[in-house]
Formats: sequence, structure tokens, C-alpha cells
Amino acid sequence: MTASIDNTQAEQTDVVVRVVDLAKTFDDLVVLDGLNFDVRRGETLVVIIGPSGCGKSTVLRLMIGGMTPTSGHVELLGANLNELDEKGLDAVRLRMGILFQSGALFNSMTVAENIALPFREHTDLDDETINIIVKMKLELVNLRHAANRMPAEISGGMKKRAGLARAIAMDPEVLFYDEPSAGLDPVTSAEIDQLIIDLKHKLAVTSVVVTHEMDSAFRIADRMIMLDQGKVLKIGDRQQFDALRNSPPTGETTEDLIRQFLRGDDAGPITDRRLRGGYEEDITTVGQMPGRRTSRNRGGIQHSNAV
Amino acid sequence: MRPDSPALGSIGHIGARALGAIEYVGGMWLLLVGTMRWTVRGLFTRKGRFSWSALASQVVRLGIRSTAVVIVVQFFVGVILALQMAPPLKPFGSMPMIANIIGVAVFRELGPLISAVVLSGFAGASIAAEIGAMAVSEEIEALRAHAISPIRFLVVPRVLGTVVAMLGLCVIADLAGALGGYASSRLVLGGEAYQGYWGRIAEQLGMFDFVTGLIKAGVFGLIISLLACHEGLKVSGGAQGVGRATTMTVVYTIFSLIFVDCIFTIIFYVYQW
Repeated sequence: MTASIDNTQAEQTDVVVRVVDLAKTFDDLVVLDGLNFDVRRGETLVVIIGPSGCGKSTVLRLMIGGMTPTSGHVELLGANLNELDEKGLDAVRLRMGILFQSGALFNSMTVAENIALPFREHTDLDDETINIIVKMKLELVNLRHAANRMPAEISGGMKKRAGLARAIAMDPEVLFYDEPSAGLDPVTSAEIDQLIIDLKHKLAVTSVVVTHEMDSAFRIADRMIMLDQGKVLKIGDRQQFDALRNSPPTGETTEDLIRQFLRGDDAGPITDRRLRGGYEEDITTVGQMPGRRTSRNRGGIQHSNAV
Repeated sequence: MRPDSPALGSIGHIGARALGAIEYVGGMWLLLVGTMRWTVRGLFTRKGRFSWSALASQVVRLGIRSTAVVIVVQFFVGVILALQMAPPLKPFGSMPMIANIIGVAVFRELGPLISAVVLSGFAGASIAAEIGAMAVSEEIEALRAHAISPIRFLVVPRVLGTVVAMLGLCVIADLAGALGGYASSRLVLGGEAYQGYWGRIAEQLGMFDFVTGLIKAGVFGLIISLLACHEGLKVSGGAQGVGRATTMTVVYTIFSLIFVDCIFTIIFYVYQW
């Protein structure tokens, strides 16, 4: 009995992010429909946003407390985000970092000032100490040479690296990545992936990556979770997903759907579903433009403005 | 009435617009309260981290840039006022009254109002575009993610900066307007109008005239900056959203300025301030 309690407690403390029955609807549009998963300390969990393409920003915002769920909750670093006020949320936010898709650098500040900002805002460190820390953070992402450049003067890959340096500035316990390799050339994308892996080892940080870039996902993931139409389709370690990707179709719809997405095949359950989108009905309804709601329901695929 | 009747549709439309307006005013109110709270916290506690340098840079950025335009515009307003009033006043031998009228019109009314209109174009539009662009490029979210309140970091220095700039501009505008009246009196209207011009302005104006103008200027500064910040913060939808926020800021600001000015004038009239 005692042993089992100890185990549960150990398990509890080992979980950095816990997503419980998480659901989010916008008006009548269901974006997330009861998600359940955990992120364990020290691992890199890749959340793959499936073929319907919706819910990427929603998942991420809910996990960092930037949005309130319709039902269910997220526990981040042991705190139920639903129960926190702005002050409580800020306390949790100081223990996490996030790399936004665009890097989200403050355009009016140099790269170094961007990274120094959290220290100037939250600590009483003097300028000299802050400068040293900033250089160390920039060195971690190989960007020391660009310290005094403005964000407008650096490339997309450099912006992401600078964003990453800012995200790790305050030594966070958990790092969230929003499509880290989106919009980058393959080499820069691979560099960013390597950086994510290096940082995990150097800083022992837990990482949650939301993406639909498969190459990147398979490079960095310890575990993966695939979402589609607001639901979890599969949770497993990278090897399981890799095996699924390399196995032949079985006729089992969910597995085939995941396989098609992982491989990027042009035929399979996903494309079949899109073909059942009610095109004939749509085109024969003369003189009537399909309303947002109608076309959404007919399509069978959920779309979201929030993505 | 059928549920899909046009009449019911328009009632629904009006209802939706009314709800939208209430939501907008509510949002502005929350922003005002948040700004006041962070200002007080910033000035009186160490944790509030009030940045005097951020305030100074906003005053310079918003105020100094608009000063020349305000001076020129207000000078012309003074010139126009004097020339427009001369013909009706002349038959009554009341040309010297031009100074008195310009004093009241400029110090109580046109100084703050014209400065505010100019500043809404300069400061309002630029604040809305700047914060809107930050919202589009996820910078506002990044601030929140770093536990930095966008209200404290962005809104407070801009609001205080605009209010301070507005007070300074108002004083400058008052003087420029009076000078415009003097110039046209001296150069066009002749001795009757300009002799003893400054003396009559000083005689006409009490402390209240000057102060009510300044009160209005402060409130106008608050309106311009809060509207601009509010529009900027709620931008979504890329560059188009930023353009829309900038336009709406100027439109809403000018409407609100005139509306609030009217309320002020009624209150000042009733209480004879």
C-alpha cells in the first residue's frame, strides 16, 4: 500500500505537464475534444498536429495558460492553470520558456537586449552580470556574433535561435516550441533540431514541441502524440511511430491514417475523407453560397480560425 | 413574427452592435483600470518597476514630433479667428474685443482640441500601428510568456507619455493661437485690434480658463492613447488588421474627443468654471 502511494507520488512529481480531459470549443466549433496526456520530466514530447490541421495554437496556448479551456484542465509544473490568477500564472511562466514560430523577438531591441529583458524585468542583477549571462546564452545557440544586430537584420533561422536563447534565459524547467522548423531551409531546420537535442542534454530541460514537420519530429522526439480532429489518435515512443511509419497498410483506418500522415502519402484515409467533403452537393446548390457553418459541417473536416 | 423575418433580423443586428459597443467600452475601462493600477504600483513600489526612461522616450517620440505641426496649425487658427471676427465686430467698435474672444476660444477650447486632433494623427495612429504590429508578430504573447505585463510594459509609458505630451502641447498651442491672432491683428486689422492685445488677453483669462483647458488636454491625451493601445492590442489578421486598427483609432478618437469636449463644456458651463 505504502509502496503504491510512493510510486504514485514519484509519478506525480515526474510529470511536468499533465493534460486532463482538455476540450476547447469556439462557438459551435470543437477544436479540442477531451485530450489526455502527460509530459514527463526530461523528455522531449512531440505533439503532431494531424491532417485536419486545427488546434495547433490552441493546444499550445492552453498548455502555457494563454487561453482558458472550455472544460478539463492543464497542470503545468504541478499547478492547475484554471485555478491561477494572473499573478499565479506569472509565477509559473517564470519557470517555463517558449519559442514562438516566428521567434517573436521584440523588433525595437537588439538581439542582446531581447535576451536581457527577462533579467531586467525580473531580477536586480547589474548590467555587467546581465551582459555576461546574455553572452553565455547566445553562445549556447551559436549567435554571439549577432548580439548587437536588430531582429530585422538577421535571417529566419537566426531569429529562431535568438528566440530560443531568450526562451532559455531564465533557465526554465520546461520549454515549449511552436513549429521550430517551419519556414526554414532543410539545413537550418536540421541545425535547429540539433540545437533542441543539445539543449535537452545540456540543460536537462523538458521539451514540448508542437509541429507537423515529420522529419523534424522523428529527429528530436523521445515520445510522440498524434492529434486529429481534436482527439488523441496515438501516443507512443519514437520507435513505435517509426515502426508504424515503415509498416505496410493494414486496412485499420486509424493506423492507416497515422501512417499516411507520417509518410506524407498522397492516397489513404486522409485524402478519402477530404474527397467525401460534399463537393457534388455544394456545387449543385445553385445560387446559394455555403455559409461558414454549413460548409464546415459538410466538409467533415474541422477548420479553425484560431490556427 | 417569423423567426427569419427581416424586421427581426435588423433588431438582432442592432442588438449585436449594441453588445459590441458595450464590450468595447468595457474593454477600454478594464485597460484604464489596469493602466492606473500599474502606474500607482510602478510609482510607489519597487516591484512595479516604473521606467522613467521609457516614459521620457515616449514623450519625446510622441510630443516633440508633433510640436511643429501643432504650432503651425494653431497659429493659423488664431489668424483665421481674428480675421473672421473682425467684420461683425467692427460696426460696433468692438475690434479690441478680438483679443478677449481669441483668449477664451483658444485657451479654453481650441488649444486642447486642435492639439488633440493633431496628436491623434501622430501619436494615436503610431501607437496603434506599433502595438498592432507587435500583436501580429507574437511579441505581445511573448511578453506575457515572460511574465511581463503588456499593460505595464507597453501601455503605461505610452499613456503617460501622451498625457504629458498633450499638456505641453496644449500650452504651446495656446500661445501659438494667441500669437496668430496678434499677427493678423497687427498686419491686417490695424491699431484698434492689436493695441493692448496681450493685456486684454491677460485681463480676460482667469486661472480657471487656463486650468480647464489643461484638464481637457490631459483627458484628451488619455483618450487618444487608451484608444490607440486598445485597438493595437486587439489586432488580429496580419497587416490588414494593423491598417484597420490605425484607421479606427483615428476615427474613434476624433469622435470621442468631440463628444467628451461637449460633455466638459456643458459641465463647465453649468458650474460656471
